[in-house]
Amino acid sequence: MPRFSAHAGRRIVIAIPTVWLIVLFLIPFIIVFKISFSEVRLAMPPFAPLLEWLDGKLVAIKLNFANYAFLFTDALYVSSYLYSLKVAAISTVFCLLLGYPMAYAIARSSPTSRSVLLMLIVLPFWTSFLLRVYAWIGLLKSNGVINNVLMSLGIIHEPITMLQTDFAVYIGIVYSYLPFMILPLYANLEKHDLTLIEAAADLGARPITAFLRITLPQSLPGIIAGSLLVFIPAVGEYVIPSLLGRTDQLMIGRILSDEFFENRDWPVASAVAIFMLGLLVVPIMLFQHFEKRTLEAGK
Amino acid sequence: MKPQGLFSRTALVFGLVFLYVPILSMVVFSFNNSRLVTVWDSANSPTLKWYSALMSNDQILGAAWLSIKIAMISATGAVILGTLAGVALARFGAFRGRALLAGMTTAPLVMPEVITGLSLLLLFVALEQTVGYPSGRGPLTITLAHITFCMAYVTVVVQSRLVGFDESLEEAAMDLGARPAKVFFRITLPLIVPALVSGWLLAFTLSWDDLVISQFVAGPGSSTLPMVIFSKVRLGVSPDVNALATIMVLIVASGIVVSSLWMRYQNKRRERDMRLAASANL
Amino acid sequence: MSTQPSGPTAQAPYLRIENVTKRFGDFVAVNDVSLHVQRGEIFCLLGGSGSGKTTLLRMLAGFETPTSGKIYIDGQDMSEIPPYDRPVNMMFQSYALFPHMSVEKNVAFGLEQERLGRQEIKRRVGEILEIIKMTPYLARKPHQLSGGQRQRVALARALVKRPKLLLLDEPLAALDRKLREHTQFELINIQEQLGVTFVVVTHDQEEAMTLSSRMGVMNHGQIVQVGTPTDIYEFPATRFVADFIGSVNMFEGKLIEDEPDFVRIRCEDLGGIVYVNHGISSAPDATVWVAVRPEKINLSRHPPAPAGGAHQPEAGAGENTVRGTVKEIAYMGDMSIYLVRVESGRTIRVTIPNVARHMEDRITWDETVYVSWHAASPVVLTR
Repeated sequence: MPRFSAHAGRRIVIAIPTVWLIVLFLIPFIIVFKISFSEVRLAMPPFAPLLEWLDGKLVAIKLNFANYAFLFTDALYVSSYLYSLKVAAISTVFCLLLGYPMAYAIARSSPTSRSVLLMLIVLPFWTSFLLRVYAWIGLLKSNGVINNVLMSLGIIHEPITMLQTDFAVYIGIVYSYLPFMILPLYANLEKHDLTLIEAAADLGARPITAFLRITLPQSLPGIIAGSLLVFIPAVGEYVIPSLLGRTDQLMIGRILSDEFFENRDWPVASAVAIFMLGLLVVPIMLFQHFEKRTLEAGK
Repeated sequence: MKPQGLFSRTALVFGLVFLYVPILSMVVFSFNNSRLVTVWDSANSPTLKWYSALMSNDQILGAAWLSIKIAMISATGAVILGTLAGVALARFGAFRGRALLAGMTTAPLVMPEVITGLSLLLLFVALEQTVGYPSGRGPLTITLAHITFCMAYVTVVVQSRLVGFDESLEEAAMDLGARPAKVFFRITLPLIVPALVSGWLLAFTLSWDDLVISQFVAGPGSSTLPMVIFSKVRLGVSPDVNALATIMVLIVASGIVVSSLWMRYQNKRRERDMRLAASANL
Repeated sequence: MSTQPSGPTAQAPYLRIENVTKRFGDFVAVNDVSLHVQRGEIFCLLGGSGSGKTTLLRMLAGFETPTSGKIYIDGQDMSEIPPYDRPVNMMFQSYALFPHMSVEKNVAFGLEQERLGRQEIKRRVGEILEIIKMTPYLARKPHQLSGGQRQRVALARALVKRPKLLLLDEPLAALDRKLREHTQFELINIQEQLGVTFVVVTHDQEEAMTLSSRMGVMNHGQIVQVGTPTDIYEFPATRFVADFIGSVNMFEGKLIEDEPDFVRIRCEDLGGIVYVNHGISSAPDATVWVAVRPEKINLSRHPPAPAGGAHQPEAGAGENTVRGTVKEIAYMGDMSIYLVRVESGRTIRVTIPNVARHMEDRITWDETVYVSWHAASPVVLTR
């Protein structure tokens, strides 16, 4: 870098957001990490200090692994972790199956309709997420819109139970996160050089072969970015399973929140968070890698 | 039409129906007279009674006002911090701490909200214990939390706008005698204004919409609108929420219509300018 | 060449580059370059991509700091001077016109930074816009201008500050062919009118040849030759320069006779001896390369006149003449390129101007021909 920008102003520009994020993003994780090794106490805050000080000397570090042991031995936690991963994975696949052809259709439509279609995809995002999830309650209930319509058409005679099932959660996640899948896919597909497809056709590839051998491999970065944007937050999703999901099988986001608010067991809640983060570290780093690549592609 | 064309268009239509049916159903049922939200009472509908009920619901109105205030301050703070981070990442090349800053601005984009909320609450508790500030939880802690997770989005928007335009513009300004600060205010800032506007709107929406993080860091008596709605709908469907949703859809939709009209006008102007430039060649 | 502006004047160099090196990590972009440019020159740095020419230009502007070495402009050391305080302005390859400002504002930007009075700024902006004939367009935004107009505004914006040195980064690359020719002459006119020293970076040899009073050819971060365009074309110093500028036939050979005023070289590729009527400085038996430009080669159906004749003053019989077969003819309009295969298997490139419109008797495919050249035409290169 040229010397002129090694400037006080430059250092300030870097320092302000960095310090802000260290204090409000990085340090909080360290605190969560610390508390996850504490013992629960009936106090405020409801946990024991890790370090014991006596006359200014450190006399003991009380590391308590009980919270983590608890996570692995209690069937409730293990099953809700597995359940969260399963729900997130299945929802991501559905999101991809619906989002990919949508992004493809938008990318291949005329430039004028493209901007209208993109606007239609993004518009729901600007309206409240919570209200859009809530709308599904009205649709999926036993006496809800879908059941009423199907029964009046004579297709079914008994209402189908859709609310408080896995199905409702999948619907809710796909519905809420669909734009996050479509947008990176669209950004990728829109850049494709269409003469490659023509070249493939010219060389004798049928449309489906051209798609599978040319378009699909090239759109892999978009697929990965979109899938991670759906999968990672879905693992910790709280609102959708709370409103639409089962009551007998909770997702991990709900467990964390319950441990914290209902049981006031901050150390266990912290351990749940740290463990969830551990599961997500690889996908998050993968996402950052792709994000960096797309952000620096313009250079 | 090629087979994947037909298939993808069908999926597009289906997807759009999927996206809009729930919203439309809320709009329709907001005019329904029946308490049984999903059963259409054709005798007494449409009615505006849920709208008037909403307008006299002080709890909802108060929460909405609090949410607007928090969202405006958070969006503004997030734009300032996000712009600084975006400029640093897009324009300063390699500097010490770059990887740290880049990591801290992309991680919040995908971080599950329960984790962010929990960690911020624990931070605020720890801060209160050690330095005594901020004392208690309320609008201040909500705003701080919202600025933090919104600035990540603004950073991405600003950064991608900056890498999209030619760095030689800033070099040219410097070459013509402008010092770095002047270059920023005269050249960089005017060019990223569109990104700042969309970043601000995005941050406003995210803050306005946030439930989970607010729930963690809010104190007693500082309920934002999503918190009030959540506690209402957890107890079951309630028709005045439909009315509220309809109002929000209306505001957003008219905003989008205005902005797309504006964009169409801009495009027309650009086309005219292109013709002007082309005619200059003659 | 008539388009060349007045050559260097005999005074202390205006721009001095002394042993400048720039490293990016392990990569050496500019390697120990020293260069003097006189006041009022148009100096071109010519090189391929990655030759270091742009990095050198950016160091003159102050966007990059030399790893070692010094740059002096008008006797002043530039090391500690940031770009915004340098008496140097640059015309960017992309023009870098500020999209949110009108033509007038763009041009005035630099003067505003000097804190000149409003009237003074207006006067000088008006003056320069008049020179580049853009006065009617002063209220337009850059995207409302054609490519040529943008180029002129970019030039005006840099010139209006009356820099000691104007740097031009590929000034014509973004223009189409017709406009480029026209603009070349316009650039030279403006330069003569204002007397500013130009340093031009380009990868286009034609551009460098027509614009420059002197030029420097760069390769791998080094300046391999400095000279007037004629010097560089007619007397390339290395095989790289000979090959990079124009096209050339290059034959490897052994020096067999080395006298002060002539040399003989045996070239296996030609199956014979090349006689050159000027001396070179090289060790006997050294490997040398004979470079002959295609337009300096004759093509005939019969062997040229023997030694002592007007055509080949001192060459012996058969020297500087090779027999071959025409393998390809490319008609280029103003000339034709012949590729002649000689007995060793080498192909020699010959260009013949198309003087007449009808040439029924022109040499055609598969004819046996004699390729010959004047003893003064080849350049003998030792590296």
